[in-house]
Amino acid sequence: MSKNIILYSAILVFGITAPFIFPAFKVQLSILCVLIVLALTWNIQGGEMGYNTFGNILFYGLGMYLCASVQVGMFFPLAEWTESGGEKTFVHTPAQFFQGMAVGLVVAAVVPTIVAGLIGYAILGLRGHYFAICTLGLGVAAGEISGGIEIIGAGQGFTTPPFPDVGGLEARGEFFYLLSFVALVLTFLAVRAIYSTRFKLILNAIRDNEDKAEAMGIQTMKYKIIGWMISAFFCGLAGGIMGGLVGYIDSTDVAFDGREMGVFMVLMAILGGKGTLWGPVIGATVFHIFKEGFWTFFLGWQYVALGVLIVVIVIYFPEGIMGWLREKYPERFGEVVDEADRKAQVELK
Amino acid sequence: MDFMVFQYPMISVQACLDGILLGILFALVAYGMALQWGVMNIINIAQGDLVILGGYIAYFMYLYGIHPAWGVIIAPIIMFFVGVGLYKLVINKVVDRDLFISILATFGISILFMQLMNFAFGADVVLANSGYGTTFLFDSAVVLPNSKIFSAFISILFAICLVVYMKKSKLGRAIRATAQNSRAAKILGVDTEKVYAATFGINAALCGVAGALISITFTIHPYMGLPYTIRSFMIVIVAGLGNLPGVALSGMGLGVFEEFADYILGTEFRIGAVFLLLVLILVYRRFKLSRKREYLK
Repeated sequence: MSKNIILYSAILVFGITAPFIFPAFKVQLSILCVLIVLALTWNIQGGEMGYNTFGNILFYGLGMYLCASVQVGMFFPLAEWTESGGEKTFVHTPAQFFQGMAVGLVVAAVVPTIVAGLIGYAILGLRGHYFAICTLGLGVAAGEISGGIEIIGAGQGFTTPPFPDVGGLEARGEFFYLLSFVALVLTFLAVRAIYSTRFKLILNAIRDNEDKAEAMGIQTMKYKIIGWMISAFFCGLAGGIMGGLVGYIDSTDVAFDGREMGVFMVLMAILGGKGTLWGPVIGATVFHIFKEGFWTFFLGWQYVALGVLIVVIVIYFPEGIMGWLREKYPERFGEVVDEADRKAQVELK
Repeated sequence: MDFMVFQYPMISVQACLDGILLGILFALVAYGMALQWGVMNIINIAQGDLVILGGYIAYFMYLYGIHPAWGVIIAPIIMFFVGVGLYKLVINKVVDRDLFISILATFGISILFMQLMNFAFGADVVLANSGYGTTFLFDSAVVLPNSKIFSAFISILFAICLVVYMKKSKLGRAIRATAQNSRAAKILGVDTEKVYAATFGINAALCGVAGALISITFTIHPYMGLPYTIRSFMIVIVAGLGNLPGVALSGMGLGVFEEFADYILGTEFRIGAVFLLLVLILVYRRFKLSRKREYLK
């Protein structure tokens, strides 16, 4: 346990000081935090519950639009704001900006949770690939429909309020970094707390055999919906932060971006190792470093690289980094391995 | 919202006819999907991108001065080899695995194809002009481009050929046997690996035909693949695997639905309506099935 405390405090210290040590990477670090949050929440569905969803992007995009709309709509008429586009006729004062952001983030987290609860009963009854395709459809439909709604900018996008000038300080990067880092810590602690309870075991039972779990007297639907709501809460929060960070929301390229973010969260969780606590964190970090490092090399070819990466990871590396480590060093994961038994298995192969 | 379609009955007739002709094309793609789903038990998200690739083959023939209608013959031949190559490279590794693996792997292929087509052919919306003219019905109240009629006719022709081929030929029998029980087929001497490759190739060839026809009748664009995948998935789950009349009917139904959605909601919501319909169908199916499951409870 003491080893864990040292590890966590080291990460915490690193996390807080990181933007000051690497001032050039503030935005990248904030995006990394958001990515880890998304991977962690995807893992609740895909890893622990066995419901491989492409639809968490729905909550992410919803949170993004809600946060920005609330932030603008609290003080100015929303329709005129989106109509003015890039040329700002309204400017937020610092107090208005932070108030709006706070309320916006709360709305961005709560409304997707409610949405998840409402549609959960209908959607989570689907099994296997029907669920995967259905959630894929949900994400794309949300993107297409939000791209047709005038008040949130339709096809031309929605510019989020610019960061206010607080006494001549340029603190935009630090602010969003700390915001996303706090969101990350909250998510991690929440997920960790969940994983130490009976709830996680129920989710695992649903993954392993849902009918049997039901036969054992577990109300699987209730737990599936709760799990989805937890995911939606943090996805919406991450979306709200990302909207402010990017500064511009487009329906299909930023908010409901099934082709990028929607696939990234699946890929990161699989790369790190599905169904583990640290897997998504490691996967997201490795993926983000790879992406940022190589995207510039592949300039223009990044989607080709992404496609190849997906195929390679899915086919050759479905267990992920944590799964690979687990196979290599089972003792570290608290698994007792009988040496003779292990040798016998190797010989059998 | 625009309810013109109900005030002027001729617009409804137009929408229905357009929808039916369009739906026949969807049904052709869906038949390919049903084939590979039934035989290999994989869901191919890249289906729509194969369609678009077939469309670009016809478009290129048009650019080089060959009549794009010949694409109906050239595209499936090229696409057959593309399909077999794809099978040998990627698909054969996901056949026996979890369905989600195949969904994700083909999703990767879909992204790859999208971007490669974007590089090769540019991001413009293109159309191979067949120059077939139009037919006017009911005192010019209903306008049907001849290319649509041509494409529906060719689709039906290809579907009939395929059905006969599946019934009569040796390979067709092998494919049907593998679909019923791949292990038993293997024991009885069917080279299932070859059957899988051929199935995927035939599926890609069907996509190629449909794509060539779409490039003549409508427009193609590198990023337009996913809606075709979703449409064919929808048609297959409504009709069921191996039910050809059902596939044709639900394809036409989907086409008519889309045309009406286009008139009533507006063109910008057309794709959104398709994806929402998918969600609704799946949810409806889930409640229908759960009623059946209640015996167990």
